[in-house]
Amino acid sequence: MKERRRKERIDRGIKAVTDDIYCLSSLREIAYLVLPRVLPVIGLLLLIFLVPLYWKKVLVITFIMAIMAISWDFLSSCGLISLGQALFFAVGAYLAGGMNYYLGFPVYLTLPLATLFGGALSTMLIFPALRLRGMYFSMITLIIPLMLMRVVEATKIFGGTEGLSALSSLPGLYSSIGLSMLALFATLFGLRRLVASDYGLIFVALKDNDRAVEASGLNTLWFKVQAIYIGSAICAFCGAFMTHYYMNVGMSAFALDLSIFPIASCVVGGMGTLAGPLLGALILGPLSEALRSFGTFRIVIYSALMVVFIAGLPEGIFPYLRRKYEQTERWI
Amino acid sequence: MLVYGFINSLILALIALGFSMTFGISRVANFAHGAFYVLGGLLTWLFLRKAGMPYFVAAILAVLIMGILGALMYRFLLQRLRGLELSEVIATFAVGLMILELMRCFGVMGFQYRLPAFVRGSVSVFGTYVGIQRLIIVGAGLVLLILLYLFVHHTKLGLAFRGVAQDDHTAYTVGINPDKVSMLSLTLGAMIVSLAAILILPLGTISVDDGYDILLKSLAVCIIGGLESTLGVLVASFILGYAEILTVMYISASLSMVVPLLCMLIILLIRPSGLFGKYKELEERI
Repeated sequence: MKERRRKERIDRGIKAVTDDIYCLSSLREIAYLVLPRVLPVIGLLLLIFLVPLYWKKVLVITFIMAIMAISWDFLSSCGLISLGQALFFAVGAYLAGGMNYYLGFPVYLTLPLATLFGGALSTMLIFPALRLRGMYFSMITLIIPLMLMRVVEATKIFGGTEGLSALSSLPGLYSSIGLSMLALFATLFGLRRLVASDYGLIFVALKDNDRAVEASGLNTLWFKVQAIYIGSAICAFCGAFMTHYYMNVGMSAFALDLSIFPIASCVVGGMGTLAGPLLGALILGPLSEALRSFGTFRIVIYSALMVVFIAGLPEGIFPYLRRKYEQTERWI
Repeated sequence: MLVYGFINSLILALIALGFSMTFGISRVANFAHGAFYVLGGLLTWLFLRKAGMPYFVAAILAVLIMGILGALMYRFLLQRLRGLELSEVIATFAVGLMILELMRCFGVMGFQYRLPAFVRGSVSVFGTYVGIQRLIIVGAGLVLLILLYLFVHHTKLGLAFRGVAQDDHTAYTVGINPDKVSMLSLTLGAMIVSLAAILILPLGTISVDDGYDILLKSLAVCIIGGLESTLGVLVASFILGYAEILTVMYISASLSMVVPLLCMLIILLIRPSGLFGKYKELEERI
């Protein structure tokens, strides 16, 4: 019989030291822990100043999409697999647009208000579906934004198919880059901290075994509501931001792209890691910009990437890289 | 109105049947369902117009190809992901999107893309004029339902299907290969939906957006009816079919697409397992 070889993976010594003992004795160990977190941040900051003007605008969109992706990842790690992230985005976008258009609120008021109320409104919209688990929830979330789009189209509220335009803009390109980047890092590191805390543990447990959560005397529905609120408020911020960035809001806020992009970047980057979606979005965002001339062909590419990654590298790029960083491999 | 409601309901049932079949047996929610529908119609159109085959041959060929496609999707994509619900959903959704948007890129849209009706003309049924094509849909739908019922309840393969649907581990121990059965269920689902497409599409044109509509409608029907039972599908499509027609007649045509959502939300609030859902499903849903 042919001898079968397998790969053996062993943690690097430095990981064993830094991972749970927390007695960092050398610069090397500190660097091992800190560099992977700090380098990307510095890299992104530098990137802003290095790229030409056109790509700066692309970067803003990419950042916003990355925030959406991170929020999707957070929801999916709570067991709430949403196929309609566009709903949250659109709620935020229309709220900000409406407040600005009808009530004349300035930007610094609409952004936070749209975030807070957008989260609440989306939670209310999705509440009937919250009791469902797994793919049943996904089915409903897929339907709701498409239906709402029809409602807007049919009843002609908020400007119908044309949308609201001539809204006030964000002050300056650099401030919008700064704001989007700040929001990105706040979301990323905030959610990472949240998931690692005792409170966040409940959210993750909802996915792994919600009956155990219920058996522990916790109200699963209430925690799902909280998770949805956090996730949708983040997306509502993205919607409000993009509304002011483009200075209009229309039915494209419900577009399927917006639901697909977060999923695609999570699948590519690695689900359940929160940093993975950022990586995925940073890959897919510029890629989709480069493919803009192909029109809807972009969606084909996203979905092809999703299929390839989910079948070929189910863990995603980020966990793969992390494994390479933390472990040595050899054939035995 | 009664007649049109009846026809509308049977159309819905035909659309949703393939989806509920696949889901009931293999627990794969096939989000590529709508894409299969459009692709089935398009293949028939291609064979008919570009290859110049007779209608009957074109239809059979299209149905067979769709079946093979469903099987391939299971074998090479879903079989690797069994049990990972999240990945299954994303994978089928991605495949569906890929098919639909690819078609959009090639510009499948407009009046040239339409299947001819089998028979033209209309007859009067209970005082309303109805196109013969619609009557054919009704007849074929009923025949298909009966055939499926017979197949599932009176053949050995059907028994295997039901076995896997109930408990695939136990089915495995008595010598049924769940993977094979699941693959067949996807094949069957794809075939039924493309058959439905061939029957229904002569009423309109083949358009990409239909794919999403079809998916939404079949999801709605299945959620309302309870995903395992064929009877549930039938009853739910009658409820939805009549609700839609009533909305179109008394409120506004543009709101008819909202009806499924409303019905679904109401059902979910009252009876989360669907009208004919079983306890096992309820456990999985909530």
